[in-house]
Amino acid sequence: MDKDRIDQIIDKHHAEPSSLIQILLEIQAEHHWLPKEVLEQVSERLQVPMTRVQHIATFYKAFSLVPRGRHQIHVCMGTACHVRGASRVLDTVENLTGIKPGETDLDLKFSLETVNCLGCCALGPVVEIDGKAHGKMAPAQAADVLQKYD
Amino acid sequence: MSRINSPAELEAFRKSILSERDPNKTCITLCSGSACHASGSREVAASIQEEIEKQGLNGEVEFRRTGCHGFCERGPIIVIRPEEICYFQIKPEDVPEIISETIKDKKIVERLLYTDPVTKEKIIHESEIPFYKNQGRLVFGSNVRIDPKSINDYLALGGYSALAKALSQMTPEQVLEEVKKSNLRGRGGGGFPAGIKWEGSRNAPGDIKYVIVNADEGDPGAYMDRSLLEGNPHSVLEGLTIGAFAVGSHEGYIYVRQEYPLAVENVNIAIKQAEEHGFLGENILGSGFDFIVKVHRGAGAFVCGESTALMTALEGRAGEPRPKYIRSNVVGLWGRPSVLNNVETWANVPLIINKGADWFTQYGTEKSKGTKIFSLVGKIVNTGLVEVPMGTPLRDIIYNIGGGIPGGKKFKAVQTGGPSGGCLPEELLDLAVGFDELTKAGSMMGSGGMIVLDEDTCMVDVARYFLEFLTDESCGKCVPCREGMRQMLKILTNITKGKGKEGDIELLQELSETAIEAALCALGKSSPNPFLSTLKYFRDEYEAHIKEKRCPALSCKELISYYIDPKKCQACGTCRKKCPAEAIDGGKNLIHIIDQEKCTKCGTCFEVCPSRFAAAGKVSGEPVPPPIPEESRTIVRKRKEK
Amino acid sequence: MSEILLKIDEKEVKAKKGMTLLEAARGAGISIPTLCHHEKLEPYGACRLCIVEVESRGWTRIVVSCVYPVEKNIIVRTRSEKVDRIRKMILELQMAHAPDSFILQDLAKEYGADKNRFEKEPSFCIHCGLCVRYCAEVKKKNAVGFVDRGIRKEISFIPEIASKECWNCKECFQLCPTEALQAAYVLVEALAFPSASTESVSEG
Repeated sequence: MDKDRIDQIIDKHHAEPSSLIQILLEIQAEHHWLPKEVLEQVSERLQVPMTRVQHIATFYKAFSLVPRGRHQIHVCMGTACHVRGASRVLDTVENLTGIKPGETDLDLKFSLETVNCLGCCALGPVVEIDGKAHGKMAPAQAADVLQKYD
Repeated sequence: MSRINSPAELEAFRKSILSERDPNKTCITLCSGSACHASGSREVAASIQEEIEKQGLNGEVEFRRTGCHGFCERGPIIVIRPEEICYFQIKPEDVPEIISETIKDKKIVERLLYTDPVTKEKIIHESEIPFYKNQGRLVFGSNVRIDPKSINDYLALGGYSALAKALSQMTPEQVLEEVKKSNLRGRGGGGFPAGIKWEGSRNAPGDIKYVIVNADEGDPGAYMDRSLLEGNPHSVLEGLTIGAFAVGSHEGYIYVRQEYPLAVENVNIAIKQAEEHGFLGENILGSGFDFIVKVHRGAGAFVCGESTALMTALEGRAGEPRPKYIRSNVVGLWGRPSVLNNVETWANVPLIINKGADWFTQYGTEKSKGTKIFSLVGKIVNTGLVEVPMGTPLRDIIYNIGGGIPGGKKFKAVQTGGPSGGCLPEELLDLAVGFDELTKAGSMMGSGGMIVLDEDTCMVDVARYFLEFLTDESCGKCVPCREGMRQMLKILTNITKGKGKEGDIELLQELSETAIEAALCALGKSSPNPFLSTLKYFRDEYEAHIKEKRCPALSCKELISYYIDPKKCQACGTCRKKCPAEAIDGGKNLIHIIDQEKCTKCGTCFEVCPSRFAAAGKVSGEPVPPPIPEESRTIVRKRKEK
Repeated sequence: MSEILLKIDEKEVKAKKGMTLLEAARGAGISIPTLCHHEKLEPYGACRLCIVEVESRGWTRIVVSCVYPVEKNIIVRTRSEKVDRIRKMILELQMAHAPDSFILQDLAKEYGADKNRFEKEPSFCIHCGLCVRYCAEVKKKNAVGFVDRGIRKEISFIPEIASKECWNCKECFQLCPTEALQAAYVLVEALAFPSASTESVSEG
């Protein structure tokens, strides 16, 4: 992502320090991760210490300091999904992809995250891939669903 | 679109909208909340639009995509007005039939109707279905009639008349008194009287004050605020503006979690529309009152739902809570008086102003007035969003509206109040829902999450689950929460893995006291609640895990083994084919055996074994019976008598 | 006339409006243990060791004295069965991280805390925040900060700033109750600082 685009986003928010989180959210959405140079540019333009930018980039789960895969898998671990067996689904997805939540595989194909409630509790357990929710997931189905993504 | 500059102009505009609407015109409403989207409502919508074109009904039939209807278990939902014919679980393939049969020929498509699970009776009209009939949908009911992207729909139902009344016929003090009289208590979890909070800000020194909508709804399993904000954003904006007027604030914020993109989208559209029409901005409706609203997105932190942490996040910092010795309605955002209330609280305000506090207080109990929206989820037949007057017994909600427990299983407990709340067992099912009633029983109202648990749920695991959630979400600043929960999670995890020991419960209780007394914020102070409430009502489960290494609910992976009963196995082979670990040995007419070394305890065999055999089961607390000898494995089929 | 009268440990104490209980107590010669407090820094309220019992209007509750503002006519107790019990627990929780810290050991003796009550944790930072706050508020360099949250929270030096500022400063080192700071600094120095030779070249 080039420096001019980042400057554009910062200017849209008038380089306000209080908009730090909003600015990082926009950059994360476009670029899918926050490289160190980006954090430095934001710190510089907003006149906010790097420690604060770093704290925020690691405190909030929406941000990633490492590149993410082509496909984002979100396994819902909300209470309703949990009682319907979400941990077994997560175990199976971990086995199939070889990664744990917070990780990306070496081919940069899948990134796995757990989320706490997507608000589709009627369909629990829910696995969301690239924004599409797959409901009533059972461990046995996980392999079939993941195979569709390349 | 020209600005509306007075209450009179508003009424004239409203009349003109209504005059263009024919209440008898056929209208297809399709639920388009996020849950129904996940069930495929976007594809259904495309199909409806296509069919309307194809069958030449453009102009004759209206199509409205509304917000969440609440009956999420059965989505996508279509309601055809004015007859109120209700169809459930619609797929795009069903649409042509609906259009030609029901819309054109006025005939019912029986298979899409709601069927009562007990009487097997088919019910046609929305208002007769028990799920809806037994609720009291004062706040949420409008969702079914509104396209959230259309301000005209909101105006057609009387929207913004409360704001007009407040600005032109009442003083800020009068608005404040009315809200105080209604005893509207915060719907986000604190249950603090909103009117008193507003008064505190109004009387606090300073010219600049803020009003804030807390739409960070972080409790897992709770999504009422999302559906309100997605489905009826103007009701929240109107309530916020009225509150700002009462408090003396000219700047408002809506903090929405970024996990709710549709809510962010719809509320931004609503703000733009409100600004265009003059309900936000300068000199609103000619009253001289100015007010603007900004949307701020969360970034994935449950702790930011705590009011002081939310304000810290609004300032662009990491969401660490501040001590509440000086209340935030006096020193809040940027050190200024700030009123923070939940989405549902704000949505109640226009109703109170329009119909009066006396109308509001007729609903509910003595100390808990009005209604509450709950998200009824978990082991329940009718998963969805439910609104009932305060004082409704839990039993009514779970059985009369929720339809009871699926699969013929036994009810075990209902968890309310999210990670800060507790579990209530069967003996307490006649408890009336209300702020104080639930707190006295060891739980709390919280934001309205209501998770039903059945006999297959392990209560120790429930406590461990919530502790795991909270350790992930804790801001980490104070010792009792960060370190206390770290140790509590370790102990509870060990207990679920069969490594519990004598003294664990006492240590957990000591750590609980430290958190309750000395933690920085409500997240930490209430973190022991799930443990304490499950210990109070389900102590036997804790003791079984610790003393007998047994999980009574047959749920904790390390304490159970899957086992195929040789007396019941009929060698159908289903489990062997589906086992992801290839751990089942068997063949035609050969009793199947699970290799315990290879078994990953995923539970697939248990799920897929046909119920007429029910051979795959679980054991806990005792060793798995050794495999039967090879010679006995062959199943001898009895020949049919000729 | 913003004088406020209150009672701390049976002693009549005069305090000024805006003071915290900790300031009032120390001014009257009454000691309350702290870990994350420092006169040069804004009160932080993280370690919770300075908790006291406050009785006012018939209610007794536990409050954190370094941030609680003085109120007139309240009765404060800096020691009680409950206060001591909770302080003991806080120390035991901290000592799972830093069992050999001298400050913690002294306090542990006073409150009967057992440093082996909990299994040892790999990180020996106790998150008092003194280093981070000192560098931000006093030195205004922001060379070290916090990262992440909850049980994963840690301190982290910014290599670019630390390599310029820390060698001639190191004032935060003596503040650290557990010597964790030293370890973090050394680690960053080893991994991320430019080596001596290249540094002199680039400075030319």
